[in-house]
Amino acid sequence: MTTATDSAPVLTVEGIRKSFGNKEILGGVDLSIRRGEIKVLIGPSGAGKSTLLQSINFLVMPDAGRICLEGRPVDPSDRKGLCLYRQQVGMIFQEFNLFDHLTALGNVEIGLVRVKKMKRSQARERAMAELERVGLGVHAHKYPAELSGGQKQRVSIARALALDPKVMLLDEPTSALDPELIGEVHAVIRDLGAAGMTMIMATHQIGFARALADEIIFMENGVVIEQGPPDKILDDADCERTREFCTKITELGGR
Amino acid sequence: MSTPFSVLQQSLPYLLQGVWVTLVVVLGSLSLGLLVGLPLAVGQVYGPRPLKRIIGLYVWFFRGIPLLVLLFLFYFGLFPFLHLDFSAFTVAIIVLGSISSAYQSQILRGAILSIPEGQMKAARAIGMSDAQAIVHIILPQALRLAIPGWSNEYSVLLKDSAVTYALGVAELMARAHHVASRTYQHLVLYLCAGFIFMILTFLGTRALNALHRKVKLKGYS
Ligand SMILES: Nc1ncnc2c1ncn2[C@@H]1O[C@H](COP(=O)(O)OP(=O)(O)OP(=O)(O)O)[C@@H](O)[C@H]1O
Ligand SMILES: [Mg+2]
Repeated sequence: MTTATDSAPVLTVEGIRKSFGNKEILGGVDLSIRRGEIKVLIGPSGAGKSTLLQSINFLVMPDAGRICLEGRPVDPSDRKGLCLYRQQVGMIFQEFNLFDHLTALGNVEIGLVRVKKMKRSQARERAMAELERVGLGVHAHKYPAELSGGQKQRVSIARALALDPKVMLLDEPTSALDPELIGEVHAVIRDLGAAGMTMIMATHQIGFARALADEIIFMENGVVIEQGPPDKILDDADCERTREFCTKITELGGR
Repeated sequence: MSTPFSVLQQSLPYLLQGVWVTLVVVLGSLSLGLLVGLPLAVGQVYGPRPLKRIIGLYVWFFRGIPLLVLLFLFYFGLFPFLHLDFSAFTVAIIVLGSISSAYQSQILRGAILSIPEGQMKAARAIGMSDAQAIVHIILPQALRLAIPGWSNEYSVLLKDSAVTYALGVAELMARAHHVASRTYQHLVLYLCAGFIFMILTFLGTRALNALHRKVKLKGYS
């Protein structure tokens, strides 16, 4: 049973376009996600998945289009507003992008101290709680260089979670990891989903996408080709091109 | 009749006072160079294009002109023209500091540019302003990387500081020259001055190397 506010979208993306030089990378993408929903972006390399995710929090400045958080349009030229918006949209990168000069704890804490202006002691407590949530309490005082890839990615998830995001954007969170480290990160993401986190994730891990997603979005050449429930898109897509891609990728990745 | 040894013995306290002057000139200009060089580097990496141009010109100016020319230009030319009555000592620090700021800005610029782009993206993604990202994320890493460059900058400044004797700054070289021209013990005095410069270079670079090791990030080579 969903209430009216629950079914109103948390985030809507309308007509996002982006070109680099004269090459169009995003050709008008629309997307909307409700609270607690998980949408997974799939598509061939170069489809524009990363560009889309980074456009959503303006790490890449879209040329056109509109983004609304809880119905309010975001104006990226208003710097304060943009910073406030970004706090509410957690971003997970393929290469983790942890701050190399800070410990795991420092990485999680710094947003609370510098951005949320929380008191250091309070921030430390919260940061520690987030690290424990991703199973890294014992590694809190290690530097990124002392952590495995899987641990680094979990720290980066804790760093985003500390700011209480309303949506998380995950850009291939496990594709830079050794196969034996993927599981621990998937487990954390699965727990997030179970806890009701709203997420948009790009991934090539098709089995994981099937298990997790409420909806899969197939993108190619900067546009959404088809979207729908996982089983529909992965096994029985309407569009020829979607079927072709999904057949190839399910053969490779297994179901 | 004074022997080389007795001259040295008598003039050593006088020379050592010059060491202090030398050190103040060097540390003063090194600090001034950092104070000015840091914003220059940040401006050159993150600033708007016209600002980058202006900084480029500044760097080109101070790196392109010989030290002695700059010292004379400022001491005998520019400052009197502006009715600024600065002592030779002050001018020495201003000129060496300005030159050093040009070099340090380039050391720091290189260091900033070597920080992976993802660091800035991650900082923005957690809601930091660009200024916060630069201060809390980029610079703490870049400054660590810049220490070997500073070590080099220190030893260059130390040697350059000897040239300020031409303005009459009573640093080590000026004092050695002063004693030598009175006692004619040139060999021993300049050897002694040279030796002291060598020791200062050695100690300074040792100290900076120690600092580098101390702040080096765990797990990085
Ligand atoms: N800063 C940039 N400048 C120029 N071209 C870019 C830039 N960023 C991305 N591109 C181009 O945009 C296209 C889409 O890239 P994007 O990284 O969004 O694809 P993707 O779907 O994430 O692919 P992958 O699965 O390989 O991660 C690519 O052709 C890429 O070369
Ligand atoms: Mg990508």
